[in-house]
Amino acid sequence: MTYATQRTTVPVTVDEEKCIAQKGCTVCVDVCPLDVLAIDLAKGKAYMQYDECWYCMPCEKDCPTGAVHVDIPYLLR
Amino acid sequence: MNTIEMETDVLVVGGGTAGPMAAVKAKEANPKLRVMLLEKANVKRSGAISMGMDGLNNAVIPGHATPEQYTKEITIANDGIVNQKTVYAYANHSYKTIEQLDRWGVKFEKDETGDYAMRKVHHLGTYVLPMPEGHHMKKILYRQLKKARVEVVNRVVGTRILKDAEGKAAGLMGFDCRTGDFVVIRARAVILSCGAAGRLGLPASGYLFGTYENPTNAGDGYAMAYHAGAELANLECYQINPLIKDYNGPACAYVTGPFGGYTANSHGERFIECDYWSGQMMWEFYNELQSGKGPVFLKLDHLAEETISNIEVILHTNERPSRGRFHEGRGTDYRRKMVEMHISEIGFCSGHSASGVWVNEKAETTVPGLYAAGDMASVPHNYMLGAFTYGWFAGQNAAAFIAGSAAAAIDTTQIDAERARIAAPLGRSDGIPPNQLEYKLRRMVNDYLQPPKVTSKMLLAQERFDEVAEDLQRLVAANPHELMRALEVGHIYDCARMAAHASLFRTESRWGLYHYRADFPERNDAEWFTHCHLRKTADGAMESIKRPVEPYILPLDDEEKTAYQRLRIVKEAAIA
Repeated sequence: MTYATQRTTVPVTVDEEKCIAQKGCTVCVDVCPLDVLAIDLAKGKAYMQYDECWYCMPCEKDCPTGAVHVDIPYLLR
Repeated sequence: MNTIEMETDVLVVGGGTAGPMAAVKAKEANPKLRVMLLEKANVKRSGAISMGMDGLNNAVIPGHATPEQYTKEITIANDGIVNQKTVYAYANHSYKTIEQLDRWGVKFEKDETGDYAMRKVHHLGTYVLPMPEGHHMKKILYRQLKKARVEVVNRVVGTRILKDAEGKAAGLMGFDCRTGDFVVIRARAVILSCGAAGRLGLPASGYLFGTYENPTNAGDGYAMAYHAGAELANLECYQINPLIKDYNGPACAYVTGPFGGYTANSHGERFIECDYWSGQMMWEFYNELQSGKGPVFLKLDHLAEETISNIEVILHTNERPSRGRFHEGRGTDYRRKMVEMHISEIGFCSGHSASGVWVNEKAETTVPGLYAAGDMASVPHNYMLGAFTYGWFAGQNAAAFIAGSAAAAIDTTQIDAERARIAAPLGRSDGIPPNQLEYKLRRMVNDYLQPPKVTSKMLLAQERFDEVAEDLQRLVAANPHELMRALEVGHIYDCARMAAHASLFRTESRWGLYHYRADFPERNDAEWFTHCHLRKTADGAMESIKRPVEPYILPLDDEEKTAYQRLRIVKEAAIA
């Protein structure tokens, strides 16, 4: 079976200048109820890995440096 | 796939609202007990109140309301199909729960004399207490978990209840959604507090995770209780809520009502007397939505600037704080524009309606050693405060249950079978990805099960669900995260089958829109003034049965009985 890849604009974006994941911070990844965020180990930055967002905002509210921004998912905007 | 084995005395499954309370109260009842709180996300920010809550919707506070009055109101709002003992047990304990939360540091709105600032939203009584600073709720609960030394295990998804040779609940099986490890936890009592079945219907937006409920609440608790042989009650009494269109969060007429806001049609006219969510209210809402005066709006544009800014602070910092961002994107300013509303997808949730795993006034299910609390337990209209209260009961009673019960042997074939079932999607190299199967299943739920319910459509749904059952055997997961979604689709499938089965069984209409059957449009008290339970039989079949409504402890008078059937505003007839 073959699988197609599909491009998706994600609601959660991370300002890599502000993100301190390279220092070991995983707050946004820890608090997400849907477990959709991850740390890119090569870059040492957080990013949204799965487009499964409830736009609930713990990631943004709990980020210690204000690096995370939650938009309303495009389909609902 | 590694196997991780753990052991505890009381296992609480789900760390949202009822779960933390259950864990703390079990520990308080007997500090020597080992109490484990299992959470598929992280208890710091999990469940329906991950961002807090803007108020109590069912506070029974002396001087403002009585437990008797509240029990009667919920009996009426639920068209009489209520085990009053369970509602009364909640109502009697409501104030004690509030005082506990108050002592823990939850801030409620109080008036200048220090009394709780109660608001009237229900049709008859006064039970709403605002919490403008309710965003700190999860932090407060987390502090109590640490203080009580509850063992917290995050990111483990429960999939089946473990049972011992005597048929008692003896633990749980599941997996770690980060590592993919198979997890077996042995326990002497299990409390399920897994929230609503919020991913049953598909939101009108088509976005799988744009649900009313926190989508982590995929109906896991309903599926686990069903497979454990517990009885579920009144599943045909769906949850359907009036929401902000597309955003799919509550418009919060409860919050805005006392400030002068209300639900209106496109002419800006009020059409319902009371904004409290009930099947009858949803029926009027649905009719207005479909009519020439539709759609429906939340109207605030007539209010004073000061009032509106106050409302904005409450609604945009609590419960669903991204709401302000949604309005901004659409250019909706409460001062100038009404907020367009729509109805939610269907779900199971006793917190708002009455569809849940059956429990008595001690939070016991029909399986010994298995308890349920919160949105997934059958006490109707229980909301957040009811979740805390029944969590309290469950924790206390589970601790007492253990004192009198010895651990029995466990047949390990159930563990081997579950391990194989969980591992299967990871072992396949090709097949159907969980998101595609979930989309199709939930789209069919919308097509065939949403009210108005039609017999032949629901029979077609059952045919489609049989095909989905075959597809479930072809699910493929590339990693532990996808495995979580794959197993959740199984839970959604179980809930969809239960929804169809329960809805077909009750051949009448009841609870307004929640169970409106177009081919049985009348309420039929002669045959259906009864609870309907659903369970899995010994040979694995799904079965519905009638269970009589227990004699009321608080009888209703005739005037009260029909109060919720008169929600539509009656216009005086024009004089000809």
